[in-house]
Formats: sequence, structure tokens, C-alpha cells
Amino acid sequence: MLPENLLDPSLVLNTSTALDELTLEIVPEKILDALRALKAQKFERFVSVTAVDRYPMEPRFEVVYHMQSVARNLRVRLKCRVTGDNPKIASATVVYAAANWYEREAFDLFGIDFEGHPNLTRIMMPDFWQGHPLRRDYPVHGHKYDYKSE
Amino acid sequence: MSHTITAEPEEKQSSHTRRMTLNMGPQHPSTHGVLRVVLELDGESIFKATPDIGFLHTGIEKQCEALNWHQVITLTDRVDYLANLSNNLCYSLAVEKLLQMEIPPKAQYLRVLLAELTRINSHLVWLGTHALDIGAMTVFFLCFREREDILRLFEMFSGQRLMTSYIRIGGLALEPPRGWEKRVKTFIDGLPSKIDEYESLLNTNPIWLKRTKGVGKISVEEMLEIGLTGPCIRGAGIPFDARKMTPYSSYEKFQFEVPTSTDNDVYARYECRVREMRESAKIVQQAMAGMPEGPVQADAPKAVLPERERMKTQMESLIYHFKIVTEGISVPAGEVFQVVESPRGELGYYVVSDGTAKPLRVHMRTPSFGNLQGLPNMIESRGIADSIAIMGSLDFVLGDCDR
Repeated sequence: MLPENLLDPSLVLNTSTALDELTLEIVPEKILDALRALKAQKFERFVSVTAVDRYPMEPRFEVVYHMQSVARNLRVRLKCRVTGDNPKIASATVVYAAANWYEREAFDLFGIDFEGHPNLTRIMMPDFWQGHPLRRDYPVHGHKYDYKSE
Repeated sequence: MSHTITAEPEEKQSSHTRRMTLNMGPQHPSTHGVLRVVLELDGESIFKATPDIGFLHTGIEKQCEALNWHQVITLTDRVDYLANLSNNLCYSLAVEKLLQMEIPPKAQYLRVLLAELTRINSHLVWLGTHALDIGAMTVFFLCFREREDILRLFEMFSGQRLMTSYIRIGGLALEPPRGWEKRVKTFIDGLPSKIDEYESLLNTNPIWLKRTKGVGKISVEEMLEIGLTGPCIRGAGIPFDARKMTPYSSYEKFQFEVPTSTDNDVYARYECRVREMRESAKIVQQAMAGMPEGPVQADAPKAVLPERERMKTQMESLIYHFKIVTEGISVPAGEVFQVVESPRGELGYYVVSDGTAKPLRVHMRTPSFGNLQGLPNMIESRGIADSIAIMGSLDFVLGDCDR
């Protein structure tokens, strides 16, 4: 489905194709190099970035990027594993402007720090919110919110 | 959702003008829901626009992780409440891909038919409200007249007008009711003349043309860069449509065009959507003409609820029914990113399973979120009045954006 030499082997930890979808696991420190290399190969669309919490496994978070090339009609998924005590990764906004809101969302709901993001603030939850709701150790029910105390 | 969006300090501003910060929304009728935009104005023109979303964040993605695979369908309805069936379809396709399930052709055709009716429904609501924003009131009444017919059709199929939950994992919830062909045919055959009616009210209306032509232009490269999809990107001349590029649910068997326009303004997006309604009507007609015979649910007793009658008479079906309802189904571990073309653009569901009865993660890449991100680029350096027209042309649904 895809040429083998899509990315430089030094960037890729693991390549897998499951259910007709290509997944490349990238060295977290080199994510920007990988994104730049993809952009140079006509992957002009940044579809989304989100995270998956594998709690209590460690490294806990998978930061998942979906990219698409409209010109070549291809899709690819990039994945970086980051640890739970210091979830940090370089911001993709320097390569793709579209990453802006998606990274803010992942920061808000998972607490992943995208270094170099121009405005890494909460986007869904209120500014004063404590915690990151989409983490697996955050309860679904049981949070009380007092509207009067604001 | 931000509580502290502040204007630039005054000393940075030039001496002869003083910028004003205007808060638009979150309860403003033209923002189509609870969107807040903080506008920095230089006289009448917008110097800087900062959209503020999250007012309708209901934690749907979190809820998905607490429900079992079948129950999640009811949440997908509530994501984009104007295109519920597209969301049902996208989620079902994603889970079916993980289960590697074959869907019978009749169910596939009915899914296409319903997805296209959804597209017409959503575009009608868009056209009506967009025209109302720009000052053409009559179109609103006409569009909602036809929309009512579509909602009645949905009610006939699923028992619900809005929250249909009709497309399920493995096929459809029910056999379509007797006599559905006649009612859908009556509606769809009459639709093109109704669309002519809307066009006769707008295409030569000088106010409409002045407010839409040449408004909201940005370059194609910029559009791709910010991640716009759907009629917005097609209005810029790129035939980007998931139905053609990665066909799903047997779209490859249908003959239709992807309308594009090269003007790249509000009018071009209007033109694309109206032509899309005509194409959708053609697809519905083709689906009716070529409707295959057979069941509407896959033959997978471990994952699909049995027919009511079989459940009452056959022991085995009763056991499966009990197991699915009490324990849920287990989906093989894996991950899938399924894309469908929703009325608003590219809708993607990223579903991750760890092999248990509940999803590990359901991420929705929704078109409204992606399109709204491009709003500042489009409205900055334009007048306030234009911003209303441009916001309308993006056709966002805040439920879809905030989830």
C-alpha cells in the first residue's frame, strides 16, 4: 500500500499494517522530523492528533497523529509513546498550523504538554478546571461542580 | 472554554484609532449555537478574531469509554444532531471493521439512502438558517417544509425524528416498514423542483449576491493548511470527498458527481451545497432502483442482536440475546480510523479496542471542529456584517464541535 521508504529508518521504531491501515511508531524526540518528512512527501493534510491512555501501563500515553495525502490518496497514522509522570512532546504547529486546536484539546483532556505550542490553554473545559477528564484514572461520575462559588 | 481573553494593551495600538473589543456570543443567534467569538474591532472591520468553544462540551468521548459497544450508538446521535445517521454510520463502520464483519447488500444500500437523506436534511437546515442570517426570510420557511418531510421519513424508519440510532453494528436496527418505498419516492421525486424554488429566490436576489460573492476568500493552500473539509474545500476547487476517495458502504456502485466551484467564496459554498442536494437525490433514486433483496443484519449471532421473533422461539437466539444485552460484545483488540463524508465535511472515528466489552478510546475527528479553526483566517480584516455570512457558510454545529 505504501512505499517502504516513507520515512527514514532512524525515526521509526516499528511499522505495522493492520486492517489496511498503516501505523508507524516514531521516536518521540524525532516527531517533528517525521512530520516534516511527510509534509515533503505531499502529506498536505493534518487530520488530527489525539491521545490514548493505556493506564496503568507505562509508558502510559500514546500520542496519535493521523495524516492524509489528498494528492496521493493515502492515509498514515503516527504514534509516539510518552510517559505518565512527564507527558511531553514537541508541538506539531510549527509544521502544520491545523494541529493548533487538536493539541489544545489533547492538553486539556489528557494533560499532554505540547512544547512550543503558541497558546496551550484549555479549550473544552473551563480555565479553572482541575485534572484532565479523559485520563483513565479520572472518574466518569462523582464530580460535583458548584456554580455559585464562581 | 476560556474566561480570560484580553485585548492588546492600549499602548501598542496606533494613536489615531482606538480598538474596541466586542464579545459576540455565546448566545448570539448568528453563531448557530453556543459559540463565542471575541472580536477586536478597528472601526467596523475586524482586526483580530478569537473563537472560544467548549460551551457545549458534554464529555461524549469519556462516556463512550463507560458504555458497551452497542450502547455507544446512542451517543453518536448526539454528536452532530443534524447528521445523526452519518455519525451512526461512521461508528458502526469502524466497529465492523474491527470485527471484520460482512454487511448484507440491502443494509448497505439502505445506509447509503439514509446517509444521503441526512445530507439533504442538514443542507436544508443550513440553507434556511444561512439565508435567514443574511436577510432572506422566505427560504427558511420553504427549507423547513421539506425538512419536516425528511424527519417524518426518519420517524417512519426508526421511530425517532432526530435521535434515530437506526444504523447499528452489523446492519440496521429494524427492517424498514412496509410502504417505505412509496413515501421516499414521492419525496425524492419532488425534491428537484423544490430546490429550483429556493434557487429562484436566491440566485437573482441582488442582496444575496452582494453579501455572498467575493466574501470569505482565502487561498486553497491556506484552506488545506488549516484543515478545512467538506463543501468549504470543494468550493475552492478540490474534489475532496471521502465517498469517492475511499468508498465505504458500497458508494463505489453509485454514479454521482462531486460538485466543486473555483470561486472559493461564500457563494461558491452555497452553490456546492445546493448541487450536492441534487446529487444526493440522484443517489437516493439509484439506491431505490437497485435495492437488493435479503436481510438487513449481518449473520453474526455473537455480535448482532437476534430478530425479536427468533429470540422468543429459539433457545440459542435467546442465549445470544441475553449475553449481548448483559455482557455486551467483545471486539478484537486493534485500532481503526474510519472516515465518512458527513454533510459538513470529513468525519472520522478513531476507535481503539483492547478486546473487552467497552471501547478503550473513541476519538471523533469532527468536521465542525476542523472548519471552525479556520474562522479567524477568513473573517480577519473584513467587516462585522461579512463575519455573519462567513460563519454561516462554514456550517458548523456546536454539538459536533465540542462533543
